[in-house]
Amino acid sequence: MNQYETVIVLTPLLSEEAAKEALAKFTAIIKDNGAEIIAEDNWGLRKLAYPIDKKANGFFHLTEYKADGGLVSKLELELKRDERVLRFLTVRLDRHAIAYSEKKRSGAFNKKPKKEEASA
Amino acid sequence: MARDQIQYVTAPKVEDNRKKYCRFKKNGIKYIDYKDANFLLKFVNEQGKILPRRLTGTSLKFQRKVAQAVKRARHIGLLPFVTDQLK
Repeated sequence: MNQYETVIVLTPLLSEEAAKEALAKFTAIIKDNGAEIIAEDNWGLRKLAYPIDKKANGFFHLTEYKADGGLVSKLELELKRDERVLRFLTVRLDRHAIAYSEKKRSGAFNKKPKKEEASA
Repeated sequence: MARDQIQYVTAPKVEDNRKKYCRFKKNGIKYIDYKDANFLLKFVNEQGKILPRRLTGTSLKFQRKVAQAVKRARHIGLLPFVTDQLK
């Protein structure tokens, strides 16, 4: 059971609940196949650095979950099919990444460290 | 005078011969987060290109991690592939 992290970028044309419903579909896929969702993070609407599919901003969503490899390909197949999704990126987390995301969730970076921020 | 306040993004060639060090080894940073765009901006020049090791002084191991993080950030649209006035 490896730990993965998927960032999904949805098209901004969706209304708030349509976006929620789309994301719910993907989290359902993860849950049904016996994976365990560790964290979900919604960044909402963000400006993209370059237009993707003629759109200037996207609806960002991050999901962190523990699963085996088969599930990731299934999830990505669904992501490819769904035309509301502009971009998605699944990353396998190594132990440093896992430690980093736990530290981030536990708010270790909230106070501004003297020089190095976020990715300590 | 004015010269001192200038913040150099890339170290100026001539007199900047202070010892460069790998900021990741020094601060004990183990993981470079590709989602954190404004941290990655420090390793990218104005055109959005990745800065070479000879300017940033990072070690090979972490330069590869930085490059991978920047490329992932570009993929999901947090960093531009090429632009003209990034900073």
